[in-house]
Amino acid sequence: MLELRQITKRFGDVLANDRVDIVVKPGTIHAIVGENGAGKSTAMRIAYGFYTADSGEILVDGQVRDIKSPHDAIALGIGMVHQHFMLVETMTVAENIVLGAEPGSTVALDLRSAASQIRQLSEEFKLAVNPNEPVEHLSVGQQQRVELLKALYRRARLLILDEPTAVLTPLEVEEFFLILRRMREQGKTVVIITHKLSEVLAISDEVTVMRDGKVVGRVQTKDTNAAELARLMVGREVLLRVEKNEPKVGRPELEVRKLSVTDRTGAKRVNDVSFEVRSGEIVGIAGVEGNGQTELIEALAGLVDPARMTGEISFEGKTLNNLGARVRRELGIAHIPEDRHRRGLLLDFNLAENSILGVHYRPPMAAMAGGVFLDEGAVQRRAVEIIQGFDVRPPNPALPARSLSGGNQQKLIIGREYRVDPKLLLVSQPTRGVDIGAIEFIHRQLVGLRDDGCAILLVSAELEEVTSLSDRLLIIHDGRIAGEVDPKVATLEEIGLLMTRGH
Amino acid sequence: MPRLARELLFPLIAVLAAFIVGGILILLVGDNPLVAYRLLLGSALSWPDGIGYTLFHATPLIFTGLAVLVGFRCGLFNIGAEGQLYVAAFATAWVGIVFANLSPFLLVPLCFAAAIFSGAFWGAIPGVLKARFGSHEVINTIMLNFIGIALVSYFTQYHYKEPGPIMQTPMIGEGAHIARLGTFIPGFPERIPLNIAFLLALLCCLLVYLFLWRTKWGYEIRATGSNPFAAEYGGISVRKQIILAMAVSGALAGMVGINEVLGYRYRYYDGFSDNYGYTGIAVALLGRNHPVGVILAALLFAALQHGGIYVDGFSEHITKDIVQVLQGIIILFVAAEVFFKWAIGKRLPWKNV
Amino acid sequence: MRDVFTLSLVASTIRLAAPLVLAALGGLFSERSGVINIALEGKMLAGAFTAAAVTYAADARLGMGAASPWVGLIAAMIAGLFIATIYAVSCIKFKADQVVSGAAINILMLGIPGFLSGALFLSSGSTPQIPKDHLLPQSPVVIALVILALVAAIWYVLYKTPFGLRLRSVGENPEAADAAGVSVTKIRYSGVLIAGVLAGLGGAYLSIGQSSLFTRNMTAGRGFIALAALIFGKWRPVQTLLACLLFGFTEAVSIQVRGWLPSGVEIPVQFIEMVPYVLTIIVLAGFIGSSRPPRALGIPYQKEK
Repeated sequence: MLELRQITKRFGDVLANDRVDIVVKPGTIHAIVGENGAGKSTAMRIAYGFYTADSGEILVDGQVRDIKSPHDAIALGIGMVHQHFMLVETMTVAENIVLGAEPGSTVALDLRSAASQIRQLSEEFKLAVNPNEPVEHLSVGQQQRVELLKALYRRARLLILDEPTAVLTPLEVEEFFLILRRMREQGKTVVIITHKLSEVLAISDEVTVMRDGKVVGRVQTKDTNAAELARLMVGREVLLRVEKNEPKVGRPELEVRKLSVTDRTGAKRVNDVSFEVRSGEIVGIAGVEGNGQTELIEALAGLVDPARMTGEISFEGKTLNNLGARVRRELGIAHIPEDRHRRGLLLDFNLAENSILGVHYRPPMAAMAGGVFLDEGAVQRRAVEIIQGFDVRPPNPALPARSLSGGNQQKLIIGREYRVDPKLLLVSQPTRGVDIGAIEFIHRQLVGLRDDGCAILLVSAELEEVTSLSDRLLIIHDGRIAGEVDPKVATLEEIGLLMTRGH
Repeated sequence: MPRLARELLFPLIAVLAAFIVGGILILLVGDNPLVAYRLLLGSALSWPDGIGYTLFHATPLIFTGLAVLVGFRCGLFNIGAEGQLYVAAFATAWVGIVFANLSPFLLVPLCFAAAIFSGAFWGAIPGVLKARFGSHEVINTIMLNFIGIALVSYFTQYHYKEPGPIMQTPMIGEGAHIARLGTFIPGFPERIPLNIAFLLALLCCLLVYLFLWRTKWGYEIRATGSNPFAAEYGGISVRKQIILAMAVSGALAGMVGINEVLGYRYRYYDGFSDNYGYTGIAVALLGRNHPVGVILAALLFAALQHGGIYVDGFSEHITKDIVQVLQGIIILFVAAEVFFKWAIGKRLPWKNV
Repeated sequence: MRDVFTLSLVASTIRLAAPLVLAALGGLFSERSGVINIALEGKMLAGAFTAAAVTYAADARLGMGAASPWVGLIAAMIAGLFIATIYAVSCIKFKADQVVSGAAINILMLGIPGFLSGALFLSSGSTPQIPKDHLLPQSPVVIALVILALVAAIWYVLYKTPFGLRLRSVGENPEAADAAGVSVTKIRYSGVLIAGVLAGLGGAYLSIGQSSLFTRNMTAGRGFIALAALIFGKWRPVQTLLACLLFGFTEAVSIQVRGWLPSGVEIPVQFIEMVPYVLTIIVLAGFIGSSRPPRALGIPYQKEK
């Protein structure tokens, strides 16, 4: 039905798809699994014409096709339900479904016949929605049905579903799988992108496993099991085991009690989480990305509106809930954010200017004329110190941060945050997009900081990294702590299962 | 390519391209573009009138260019310089009239303060509206232009109008006058209204440079403009920066009132601004949002403005409106910088820098 | 006596609102497709000047008589379309900042009419007078009917045709529209170009409807009032019409107010002029219901970011 041959796609200096081959047989449910960033969505977005591949070809029904836009893909019978729904919220269900494929003539939009056609489709596939309801009034489960109807309305024969169950409750997932099976019975082909192994095993006929932009495995679902898939998914070249001594654990620095965080839409992202981090230890949080890690760290760093939080965050006995990011930094909390381009750097600023972000307003940086003027000498000295201490290349404080490679950008951020001698360090994905040499260096630095008595909370999607660095390991799933394991004895499979299945 | 050359290249190309397009228009209406451009630019170099008037016209443009620049550096688009400078000019005149009898040592600073703070106030309003309600500063500054202009026109007409057909206030006190440069420069006639405000404008370029690039406040404003999420991460209050930047921007626009009221007309004259606020957008953009660039761009537009009079007088078909036509085309070209990158070729050596 | 005043006030409200309605509805097309339109002022000026110049030429030089304003009207639409094309190419093709390009168009159009009238009519910024009987219809009844028909048509296009559906979706969520197979670029071009035509018509009504010649900067901010009406009308055709009528009414009042009041009492005209702008700010801050712009307004659409 659908075949990708040698698809390669590059975003800037990131190779998102590296000679990807995927074959989807007609009338099957085909799962594509892999960690976040493995390139699953990119490959499928290329198949749907949302992105264009740098090289490689796409075959539909055995013929090479040039898919330049979703318009072309739709014409070939391909439909896609994106992870973030592509719905116009202010419009009705019917309007969303017919958009781009409107019934009636150019001068008269026939929404009435559309509505009846939609009812017929809902009937056929048991996808109950009211065509005249505005989308913004629907639950996410209902919105997903609208997305499915959108594809079916366009007579899609192949449906690509990107992380379709991420937004559903377990009960809804059951229902959703029934719908998928019904579709298969009706002769449709389904591609489901996911990282939840239990679901893969429950629903799919065949599985393609991706890792780091490459296809690393193709199996029949009936011939495999969760442990094998988990190993394929997370397994990578074994890094050097991090050398570290037994931790000299001190008093609790960070205490989190019954913390819940909701996002702007009101959905709970962090759900009733309690834990503590003591000085001299690294507490790791493992989990598939998007399970509340981002919101947790941002809440601890003071980047979440207090109105969206309940519970208590305290640091050295002091409640932090209502304190802003600046005060928290002054208390000795440093933060290495997960997204260095969005949060961590001012890309247009030079390295020197970036090296003082967060301490720019106090001595010795702002010292002259009553602390108003920046002391250029002090700024340069600090920049040089960080650049040399953390081997940032090229070692030129006047270069814009944009011009550095990912690894060097990351070293600059780490150097900046280390330089404030934090008592608590919040670290997210410290080695994402960083080359092997730099990874080792960053790991050694983290362990060194811990040995100096800093409390470290480490979030990483790299299982290997988080298990080898942590002294204690918490597993987060769906905003909750799904369990705590001893990283020295727990196996990757064990952790992988907790990550993907919850309890 | 060295940085300076790179910074200069696109503005130069934009100006050149605009002159070519303008030249075609001039040809179409039946005049000789070379003659027209000679009239337009050549007159600016004559001593003392050409140079004197060009610098005089450049003064308000430097202020408004700086105002737009400060907004831009914080990621804000201040289209409201026009309204801010009207409000400030009236406030300056009001102080100059009401406290006319004070000694110059008190009155001049008082008038300066009136210009600066009233401009800052009018600029801060859209800042607060954005920080508090998230409403777009572009729409609000446009609306506040009309409100501000109507407001000062009301005060002029109903409370401070000089009897007669002209909408203007009475003269300000002598003590509020600031010196024209003719008083210091031998051979430079005092009738040319170039005054101390020009030096103030140059000083402001230096101050804006120091403020934005050498103080912690400027750092915070620029950080907010560069990446508000990273600024927030660094403990910077984005809302405060928005209000601060708009206030500083308004204050700079307000200083146009010093040139106009204290150095030129010695009264508030309704409708005095020759679109200074809007031209400030062109000045800042062409000057690549740098104080030095602002001076150069302001000089170019001022020379054109001065030359426009000669075009009106000496050419057959074209009028001084060519100046605004050129300005418009220049901004269009600057805005669509991508156009040149696209036209020159897909790959440029500095594309990824 | 009182009735005469009221009737004349209604008539003048309709007359003054007409160009606002045209420009605002034009802006509606552009903004609903996601392109900010602060260039309405410039497009109105283009329409006003072209209409007056062409009508004059058709009348005085070609002797087309009563047909000449209609020729002028068509020319104004073409002028609006031309300016909108420049704007659209800059904002959509080259992804230039929409506000900067809009400001550029406005400044350009402050100059172009003067530049051309100097060349064509050897005047400084105005066109020659057109005879009173060679202007567009002035009857408030006719204007009111035309406006109502236009609003109805635009309402229909926006809510009852596939094009309207696509336009609204592109302004709200271009990615979703793209995913559904709609060409964001095409729709945005259409939106901006329709805005140009309508704003050009609005300008034409100023010069060859309300007046009989073009004068320098004769729109005097009406493009911005139209923008204000669009925001005040929450980007919907009927509400926008009502907002234009309200703003036309304030203008009518500000013209007639002196005649009503006993001598010695005055309502400063400036305060009446401010009404549209103050209302817009208040609405935008969310004090009167919620006014939500099209979600993608002002953001160039970029795939694969």
